[in-house]
Amino acid sequence: MATLSLRDVKKRFGKTEVIHGVNIDIEEGEFIVIVGPSGCGKSTLLRMVAGLETVTSGEIAIDGARVNEKEPMDRDIAMVFQNYALYPHMSVFDNMAYGLKIAGTPKGEIAERVEQAADLLQIRDFLARKPRELSGGQRQRVAMGRAIVRKPAVFLFDEPLSNLDAKLRVQMRLEIRQLQRELGVTSLYVTHDQVEAMTMADRMIVMNAGHADQIGAPLEVYSNPATEFVAGFIGSPPTNFFEAGGRGRIGVRPEHLSIVEGAGAGQLGATVANAEPLGAETLVHVRLENGSLLTVRQDGAAPIPAEGTGIGLAWDGRHEMRFG
Amino acid sequence: MTGRDALAAETPPVKAPGADHDGMVERRGAGLWLTHLGLIVGLLFIFFPIWLAFVASTISQPEIARPPMPLLPGDQFIENYTRALTSGINAPVALMLGNSLVMALGIAFGKIAISLLSAFAIVYFRFPGRQLFFWLIFLTLMLPVEVRIVPTYEVVAGFGMLNSYSGLIFPLIASATATFLFRQFFMTVPDELAEAARVDGARPMRFFFDILLPMSRTNIAALFVILFIYGWNQYLWPLLITTDPSMNTIVMGIKQMFPSGDDIADWPVIMATSILAMIPPVIVVVGMQRLFIRGLVESEK
Amino acid sequence: MTGTPAAMDKRVTFKGLWLPLLLVLPQIVITAVFFFYPAGQAIWQSLYIPDPFGLSMKFVGLGNFEYLLGDPYYRASFLTTAVFSVLVTVVSMGVALWLAVLADRLIKGSGTYRTLLIWPYAVAPAVAGVLWLFMFNTRVGVVTWYLGVLGYDWNHVLNDNEAMGLVVIASAWGRISYNFLFFLAGLQSIPRSVIEAAAIDGARFWTRFRTIVFPLLSPTTFFLLVVNVVYAFFETFGVIHTITSGGPQQATTILVYKVYADGFVGQDLGSSAAQSVILLAIVSVLTIIQFRFVERRVHY
Repeated sequence: MATLSLRDVKKRFGKTEVIHGVNIDIEEGEFIVIVGPSGCGKSTLLRMVAGLETVTSGEIAIDGARVNEKEPMDRDIAMVFQNYALYPHMSVFDNMAYGLKIAGTPKGEIAERVEQAADLLQIRDFLARKPRELSGGQRQRVAMGRAIVRKPAVFLFDEPLSNLDAKLRVQMRLEIRQLQRELGVTSLYVTHDQVEAMTMADRMIVMNAGHADQIGAPLEVYSNPATEFVAGFIGSPPTNFFEAGGRGRIGVRPEHLSIVEGAGAGQLGATVANAEPLGAETLVHVRLENGSLLTVRQDGAAPIPAEGTGIGLAWDGRHEMRFG
Repeated sequence: MTGRDALAAETPPVKAPGADHDGMVERRGAGLWLTHLGLIVGLLFIFFPIWLAFVASTISQPEIARPPMPLLPGDQFIENYTRALTSGINAPVALMLGNSLVMALGIAFGKIAISLLSAFAIVYFRFPGRQLFFWLIFLTLMLPVEVRIVPTYEVVAGFGMLNSYSGLIFPLIASATATFLFRQFFMTVPDELAEAARVDGARPMRFFFDILLPMSRTNIAALFVILFIYGWNQYLWPLLITTDPSMNTIVMGIKQMFPSGDDIADWPVIMATSILAMIPPVIVVVGMQRLFIRGLVESEK
Repeated sequence: MTGTPAAMDKRVTFKGLWLPLLLVLPQIVITAVFFFYPAGQAIWQSLYIPDPFGLSMKFVGLGNFEYLLGDPYYRASFLTTAVFSVLVTVVSMGVALWLAVLADRLIKGSGTYRTLLIWPYAVAPAVAGVLWLFMFNTRVGVVTWYLGVLGYDWNHVLNDNEAMGLVVIASAWGRISYNFLFFLAGLQSIPRSVIEAAAIDGARFWTRFRTIVFPLLSPTTFFLLVVNVVYAFFETFGVIHTITSGGPQQATTILVYKVYADGFVGQDLGSSAAQSVILLAIVSVLTIIQFRFVERRVHY
């Protein structure tokens, strides 16, 4: 367990600056998710923490000690890669044991630690197999296991679930989170999936084009997004942005909009484009006069207006979001 | 030497052959038999010369000297092969087989070893001169041995390496074709594996031996087959630098067995030697068929 | 492989300066001593002629080349090489394609044929030469004898065309395996659905082959064309040396054989070196064609 701090960390490739200065202090045992669209620099940031990319300027410190110049192996970190990066010619056991072997850990202890981790991840039966004989979910667990046996100060996850199918993804994100709580290891987790970020993070860093737009707990970020980008990126379906009668551009989340019967009612007139009943809720897509589409999320039991009906939209002023 | 390096940039535009595949829509009845017939005719064309050589190696000189020779094996098999192996004509064939083996293995292992190391360096390191080195490799792909045969001979003679194994081997591993192929393969190894190894604490050579080398096993084996054949089948180079019959390789030694004048050649021994010269490479090619075809045919992605 | 191969780089690299240099050292030393130095020598020697006593070298510029290009023997050797390469390429590729198409038609058993058909790949050109020489030997050859029975008097020792025919067959024979493997792999990589679609469209076998299969096979064919020409140019020395030694009267003296004959037998170093340089130019062109082609293939 350790703290991890980034102080004005920047990265340049040649003349292009791709990370423009990120600051965060991560506490012991915290689970931090870096989320953002592809190309926002989130993976680069993680790889700098891992020591796989050099830090152009700023400082990365683990437990208060600067690690900028340290090799990955000397940073007391472990990493789970997007494609798992399991050594294809080694058994699951050897994959998990490799780092310990290099560190010169006694054989007995290696076996003990690998078996312990394998039990934790329920992969004990697969220890003798080669990675290619495992399913995607099992490989994912092995990759986790490889990180766990090292007993590192910090876990780094680089989109570890992106190669799994949707169902397994939901299951694994619960498992990872549970495991991390049990082990209490400080974790940095990169994903482009805002649902993963919302559900897993103690705090999240929303990255946008090399800037950390906002750092905060998921619900806080959700209800008080710092930028229009954050408001649009976090939440599904995304926040509606529209011009509201002379008051400029505002953002309102789909669940904060409601449909009022009758043309001309409510604060804004619209036409129903189509509706997606999902059971518990219904997403109603409506078209404004200027042609832009908004989404209204309403309770599944509420009546669904027919396509083409003229309706009005209403919302509480407290839920309006305005940015610069 | 039989010329241009066997590996030179042969990365062809096809996939490895699939096991069972019917490219031409199913064939039945007469069509099927015609297909087999056509292939058998092809096989006869391929195997007739080999069969005839085998027959000739099992009969006596008088039987050959009075044409037509029989088309079925005779009873002189043991005599002819014993004579070839133990005394030969200029040198015992067993000795020549040994020389060929040393040469072929030396070329295969030597080239694989130096190529693996340098490919590892140019793919996984950034060092001054790397770009230059890379283009030098490319250049060696373009210059076959024939082109520099006379000066190469002079170099080898200057080192006093005539009639030596090192003289047979070194000039033939002096090209970077294998380096090029290993580089191609290393480029396909996911970057994350090296990163994972770094996180696991592996230093470069540890990564090389623990991860990269085992992962290259099939490529190494395929290359071994191709290089073994290449080395075994060399002709011009051993012909030039092994003037001492005890250093002859079997492939070039066969021609030396023909009499220079008008005398009739000792065909049974010559043909037994030809068969013996074929056996090791045929065993390697047929035995390692899968790897060999993969190494030869598989395209880079 | 891309046009500028150096453009593709690993994201990860290891640190270090001496280690990578140490790793490339063996290759550098061996290629420098046994490759670049001799190649440089060949180019240098091609610009000189030795004096009659062999004591010094006289600079003649492009004199050796001018002499060569004016030399009827060298020009004849050029023509011989052209004829020889075309014949070897056509015969070996033709037979190989024929066998590959047949093997590809089989659902079962094509593996067995493949196992047998790859044998000649293992047979050294020089050994192939001896095998064919034995069959066509003027005194004891079986084929010669049966041809005699049929009333044909085979004598490649005296007859130019028969000599050429024999070295072509022996060279092509050794090359069939290689071409067969590539053609078969090429055929098997053609998606089955394409051929089935053509069959449903009513195309018969020959039409399918001509309009679908052969065009789709053209990358393989083109690749093999280049590779086979290179083979015929450089790797058939053993065949020629064992069967005809370039004769009769230089009728089978291809360029590579002439480099050897002039350099080692005739001891004419300047001329031999100049010939080497010309060969170097030819093989460079072939290699560039091959690489450009491979490159285009990768990008489609």
